[in-house]
Amino acid sequence: MNSPALEQAAGLYNYWIVIVLMMTGFYIVLARRNLIKAVIGLNIFQTSVFLLYVTMGKVRGGTAPIIPPEVAEAQAKAMHETGHGEHGTHALGTVSEEIVGAHAAHADLPGADIIYSNPLPSVLMLTAIVVGIATTALALALVVRIREDYGTIEEDRILEIDRADGLPDDDDEDQWIDADTHSLAGSSPDTPTDSESVN
Amino acid sequence: MTEHLPILLIVLPLVAAPLCVILHQRTAAYTLALLVSWITFGISIALVAQVNQTGVIRYNLGGWAPPYGIEYLVDSLSSFVMMFVSGIGAIVLVYAPKSVDDEIARSKHYLFYATYLLCLTGLMGMCVTGDLFNVFVFLEISSLSSYALISLGQTRRAPLAAFQYLIIGSIGATFILIGIGLLYQMTGTLNMADIAARVPQENGPRTVLVAFSFLVIGLCVKMAVFPLHTWLPNAYTYAPSVVTCFIAATATKVSVYAFIRVIFGIITPGFAFDYLPLDTELTILALVGIFVASTAAIYQANVKRLLAYSSVAQIGYMILGISMSTPGGLTAGIVHMFNHALIKGGLFMIVGCFALRLGSVKLDDWKGAGKTMPWTSLGWAIGGLALIGVPVTAGFISKWLLLTAAMEKGMWPVAVLMLLSSLLAVVYVWRVVETLYFSEPTAKVLKAKEAPLGMLIPTYVVLAGTFVFGVWTTYSADLAATAAAGLLGATP
Repeated sequence: MNSPALEQAAGLYNYWIVIVLMMTGFYIVLARRNLIKAVIGLNIFQTSVFLLYVTMGKVRGGTAPIIPPEVAEAQAKAMHETGHGEHGTHALGTVSEEIVGAHAAHADLPGADIIYSNPLPSVLMLTAIVVGIATTALALALVVRIREDYGTIEEDRILEIDRADGLPDDDDEDQWIDADTHSLAGSSPDTPTDSESVN
Repeated sequence: MTEHLPILLIVLPLVAAPLCVILHQRTAAYTLALLVSWITFGISIALVAQVNQTGVIRYNLGGWAPPYGIEYLVDSLSSFVMMFVSGIGAIVLVYAPKSVDDEIARSKHYLFYATYLLCLTGLMGMCVTGDLFNVFVFLEISSLSSYALISLGQTRRAPLAAFQYLIIGSIGATFILIGIGLLYQMTGTLNMADIAARVPQENGPRTVLVAFSFLVIGLCVKMAVFPLHTWLPNAYTYAPSVVTCFIAATATKVSVYAFIRVIFGIITPGFAFDYLPLDTELTILALVGIFVASTAAIYQANVKRLLAYSSVAQIGYMILGISMSTPGGLTAGIVHMFNHALIKGGLFMIVGCFALRLGSVKLDDWKGAGKTMPWTSLGWAIGGLALIGVPVTAGFISKWLLLTAAMEKGMWPVAVLMLLSSLLAVVYVWRVVETLYFSEPTAKVLKAKEAPLGMLIPTYVVLAGTFVFGVWTTYSADLAATAAAGLLGATP
């Protein structure tokens, strides 16, 4: 158990979880025959990426990046006294130096020894989660419409139905006529007859 | 006011989209969308002029200086892409009402215009932002809205095509997200210029290599580069005509733009093309893609699908130009984005006219339409000539630039293959011309009327553009050359 390679592998356990989830999700998306399963696979795949980001923001021994109120107060007072508060424009490429410098300048302040995790990746993932929800919602809405039209959500069945209808690149003549009459019938302005929120 | 132009470009369509939903009235929603899209186009033109005069414009979102805040960056390349994307977006909306009336249920019109504006927002955002994570967010805005737009098609295959595109597109976008994450892990920043300054180059850690692979594959899905193009034909075929006009002319081009940014702005060509053999790979994929897709286009019975395959082939030409990584090649790639947006936009608009009058986009149903719809048919012939690359059309300019660039680099086989591939384009364009002019019209075609002026005029404006920019290249090839020089000069 003392081999360093094994220790390293175990130390990276969070990345192993990410990779297992990522490959599981990716496999489900590629191998599925059922549309709902595809959506779930996509969700697992995206979740693994959320974990990847969150895990890279974690600093060893770091706590949640929230400054305790008493520390913030003390720092604000100290900054006010020494006039450290100015924020000039920062040239590109000097982030870390500045952070290090700022850290050194405030080393004597209370609470300077607290280590915080990096909040940015988690914040980015909030956005990505919202995107993921939107994608899932849209995908499920589309599945509902496919189910209404074909009566099935198995991709094999859908392709069979399409093939029975004719070549896949054959447009349905009836559908065109339907649409024509539909637009004629509904010519009274803005009758909100169908309030489908699909699109 | 003028210093806020870059953000107005995003905010205006973004705010107008929910307004369209609130208005809930189709004419009001259309008027608002039309107004906003033309203002957006105006702003883009103003930005092009401003960049030409004063150079790169940087805008700090919310006053936060980069790299802490998000930076919007307008340079010669991004302003050029924004100009033609918003231009196509505006002119397609002028063309839209008749076709939308015909193909989309009335109760959904206001939602259609809202989604259209969202899609425009996403595309403009991808161009203007200088922040890598922001690229992902805007990419998803434009992608999600285009899935929704495609699913509005009339046949039941439209939702299925949109669903398939959604699955493949989301995988591509997630790949891009993984790539961005790994780059962030290596550099601790998301600002593109900042990443470029910090990323470890040759012999750097494997993480950079993996990040780069994820980014390239993700963007290749979005660009529909040959083996990853499978979502495109169905999506273009089953979407409503107006949606196809807009998406075919803009969406893949903006992805090509993002690809150029990643390769030339973040990962240097030295890493991508010298350290890694990406240039050879792209050249091969592009050439195989051009031939396979053009051949597939010849055998299509559905004209929309024919043009969709032709789009896959045309993306190949852009990739070919980029893979050369010389000023000439890059100029050709960039200018072909513009020219192809005009040509393909125009041709899909013609298809929309036929779809309106004949109720079909199958080639068999278009027999002899040259007699009853002469102007629409002539439009196809004009657009077709530009697509083939006949002199004095825009298509010729891009092919000529690409050809000279290939010869400069001594890539003779590539030059020869390119010329041969143009012959394939002649075949598929001619098939349609022959059907239009030299077939006996069917009863349905004889009853058909010429397309309404409201659709023909915008179509002809776009088609006239292919001639204007085939002769007068100050605002196409010259801008592209400046952009290419800027990209190659910016990299060490």
